Amino acid sequence: MPTRIIVNDETRLVDAAPDTPLLYVLRNDLGLNGPKFGCGLGQCGACAAIVGGNLVRTCATPLGNVGNDPVTTLEGLGSAERPHALQKAFIAEQAAQCGYCTSGIIMAAKVLLDRNRNPSDEEIKDVLADHLCRCGVHNRVIRAVRRAAAELAR
Amino acid sequence: MNDLVLSRRSFTQGLGIVVATFAWTARSAIGQAPANLPFSLRNNRKLEGWIRLESDNSVVIFTGKAELGQGILTALAQIAAEELDVEFDKIQMMSADTTHGPDEQYTFGSQSVEQSGTAIRAAGAEARAVLLAAAARRFGVQEAQLIAAAGSIVAPDGRRATYWQIASEQPEILRREIAANVAPKRPADYRIIGQSIERIDLPAKLTGRASYVQDMRLPGMIFARVVRPPRYGTKLLALDETAARSAAGLVAVIRDGNFLAVAAEREEQAIAARNALASGARWSDGGISLPDMSKLPEELRQFRSETSVVGTAGQSEPAPSGAKRISAEYTRSYVSHGSIGPSCAVALLRDGHMTVWSHTQGAFPLRGDLAKALGMQNTEVDVIHAPGAGCYGHNGADDAALDAAVVARAVPGRPVKLQWMRDDEFAWSPLGPAMTTKVEAAVSSEGRIVDWSYDVWSNSHAMRPGQAGGVNLLAAWDLNVPFAKSPPPRIPQPFGDGDRNAVPPYELPRKEIRNHLLLDTPIRNGSFRTLGAHGNVFAIESFMDELAEAAGLDPVAFRLAHLKDPRARAVIEAAAATAGWSAGAKGHGQRGRGFAYSRYKTIGMYAAVVVDVNIDRNSGIVRVPRVVIAADIGSVVNPDGARNQLEGGIVQAVSVTLKEQVTFDRRQIASRDWAGYPILTFPEVPSIEVALMNRGDPSLGAGEGSLAPTSAALANAFAHATGRRLRLLPMTPERVKAALA
Repeated sequence: MPTRIIVNDETRLVDAAPDTPLLYVLRNDLGLNGPKFGCGLGQCGACAAIVGGNLVRTCATPLGNVGNDPVTTLEGLGSAERPHALQKAFIAEQAAQCGYCTSGIIMAAKVLLDRNRNPSDEEIKDVLADHLCRCGVHNRVIRAVRRAAAELAR
Repeated sequence: MNDLVLSRRSFTQGLGIVVATFAWTARSAIGQAPANLPFSLRNNRKLEGWIRLESDNSVVIFTGKAELGQGILTALAQIAAEELDVEFDKIQMMSADTTHGPDEQYTFGSQSVEQSGTAIRAAGAEARAVLLAAAARRFGVQEAQLIAAAGSIVAPDGRRATYWQIASEQPEILRREIAANVAPKRPADYRIIGQSIERIDLPAKLTGRASYVQDMRLPGMIFARVVRPPRYGTKLLALDETAARSAAGLVAVIRDGNFLAVAAEREEQAIAARNALASGARWSDGGISLPDMSKLPEELRQFRSETSVVGTAGQSEPAPSGAKRISAEYTRSYVSHGSIGPSCAVALLRDGHMTVWSHTQGAFPLRGDLAKALGMQNTEVDVIHAPGAGCYGHNGADDAALDAAVVARAVPGRPVKLQWMRDDEFAWSPLGPAMTTKVEAAVSSEGRIVDWSYDVWSNSHAMRPGQAGGVNLLAAWDLNVPFAKSPPPRIPQPFGDGDRNAVPPYELPRKEIRNHLLLDTPIRNGSFRTLGAHGNVFAIESFMDELAEAAGLDPVAFRLAHLKDPRARAVIEAAAATAGWSAGAKGHGQRGRGFAYSRYKTIGMYAAVVVDVNIDRNSGIVRVPRVVIAADIGSVVNPDGARNQLEGGIVQAVSVTLKEQVTFDRRQIASRDWAGYPILTFPEVPSIEVALMNRGDPSLGAGEGSLAPTSAALANAFAHATGRRLRLLPMTPERVKAALA
């Protein structure tokens, strides 16, 4: 029986087993690219998305646990034509090299800014402590989150 | 833009919708190459092979280099727009792809701006000159009277023609051999080169448009996973496929010798089938005996080796007597690339033709090895680059390409997306080899180094596909009819392999440098960013501080006393000034500051680095609050892009120096996830200041040169703070505590 989930403000019917990790539903059933497979172990953060206002590792979240909680992925924030303040800020700071980890980081930053409109550098670092970036753009990411916070406060 | 190109062209091409509309010969046989032809033009002589004017008033630039996250396509687009005098946003980049070329071999060694940039500069200048000549004929005026700007050529009387109008009337205009006899622009006239233009590929990547090979979705595509042996060298004794065969959505179980894989309709089904197949596989007890991690230097020196002298001077005279002689040994452990995205490829066998999309660093060399392993002709295989996660060298990208192709061969007509799991990546991708070094030197009472002797022991860091004598792809060694590994190439100085940067950059009247290429390879070896430069510069620059201390001299002054090259001296002075280096400053027990200098590959970029450390003596944890780098990369194409590369290298080097080592017991790799291979995290990342020298000299690649001196400066900072020196990387808390006990 198909499962009904709300993703990026749309109700979607998904024909996948309830124990299917949400990551594969988002990527393969719904054609979303933001959440990435990084480790499948909940260690790296590349797959992170927002479910019911909380950041979750979609590689370790079964479809059946999502229920009515709305799911937001990178695509739900904005598009290349109409980017979200965070996406604009990451571009302005060139806060990516390969960009593979960046979706998860942006989603974590979104949850942070939803709860704390003016985070300190230390608070940003703490929230991102379990998001791995291998290209070494950490300082740019911190600047980008601050920049987005400033824009959202305007 | 990048996204558009991918979706329009590459992603559809495997389905037979070939958008390219021109006949192609990648290797031109016409004409004799002019002397001093830029490297990448020698085998890619057709102007239209680099530049095409499209009917939609855009310019397509073809490069053989691949976007690895380093921003190369943006930098090359800047060079093209500059030389052609077209607006930057008119440029579309097409990268490494065997269906069209150019063949620029690998994207490695910080050479893309030097090689592809030089080729595109020459091609762009020539295309512009050809268009100007055509306009001069059209308008009946002298070329010198014409002005080219923003893709239009304007005559003195105001008549104008766009490049695209000229090309539509003369479609043959760029179908010519490159003569490379048109002088490119003077740097003083640059408008686009030297600007920090934003990366062309980031808007798509940061908004979730399909940008990576992992994002490819072809109609009818199935998902595949591999089942690798539990350890190196073990053989499949028996396989019970029952559980895997009954897995939901299963399409195929592939067994070819010791190579095992599954394919399923859905990705999570492929993962479940992989686990089921793995549980049904029985492997031989044996395997390859691994070195004892706790005695790594001794173990490495016992490997079979081939020794060569790679640098020598003054050996006809005996070493001066009366000088102070000291010696030391330095070792770096095996390191993993640690790409955040495990390796992935999409493969499709259709009508006898294999197309593979891969985040390889060398589409053309990979094609050759794929064809060999698959028993196909080169012309029956194509490799199209599609971005993956950052690779930092030779990771599992190429191996995944063959894995996917072997699966695709079993399901003709169906596209196969195969991604490695995290443990596949850690346990099976090539690792940056461990290195051990011994250095002995004498310093005179005047503070001059009068003798230098150096040995480095290391496996080859150059085991990529496309090398002679075998096939360098993991699955090829496991097939029923297996292929041999290619032997390591012998890479001479100044590039070197394990001996990259083994010859010190200093003025040394008497020196001998010996490279011991290790031939036993119990642990799979390959290229990690900088090859041997990391271990060698760590050793040389640590030892320079030890010599300075022996001579009672400041580390910065001591280095300057042994350097004549004004560019070397300039970066050292700039780094010292930017950091506020103070000669003779004493370490503090917990806090210290270290310095290091290197010129990458001996002929590449210059870098001097100052690292500050804070040491918690109780926990043994070393923190790096601040790093300063002064770098000379010649003419800077994109300053912010260059800074990003230098910063990234610094963060990676701090991570490698403090934390990283692939762990193993005598039988198998133990680091199989991020808990077993920790890397630097957000709270641990230093603030970084970059002083970029901007010189008119030719561009030098910026992708690798910041790593090695950062590691050495960090080690020197630790010694400065504590008076104790760590000569074995990484500087784990246990080793720190032992050193301070």
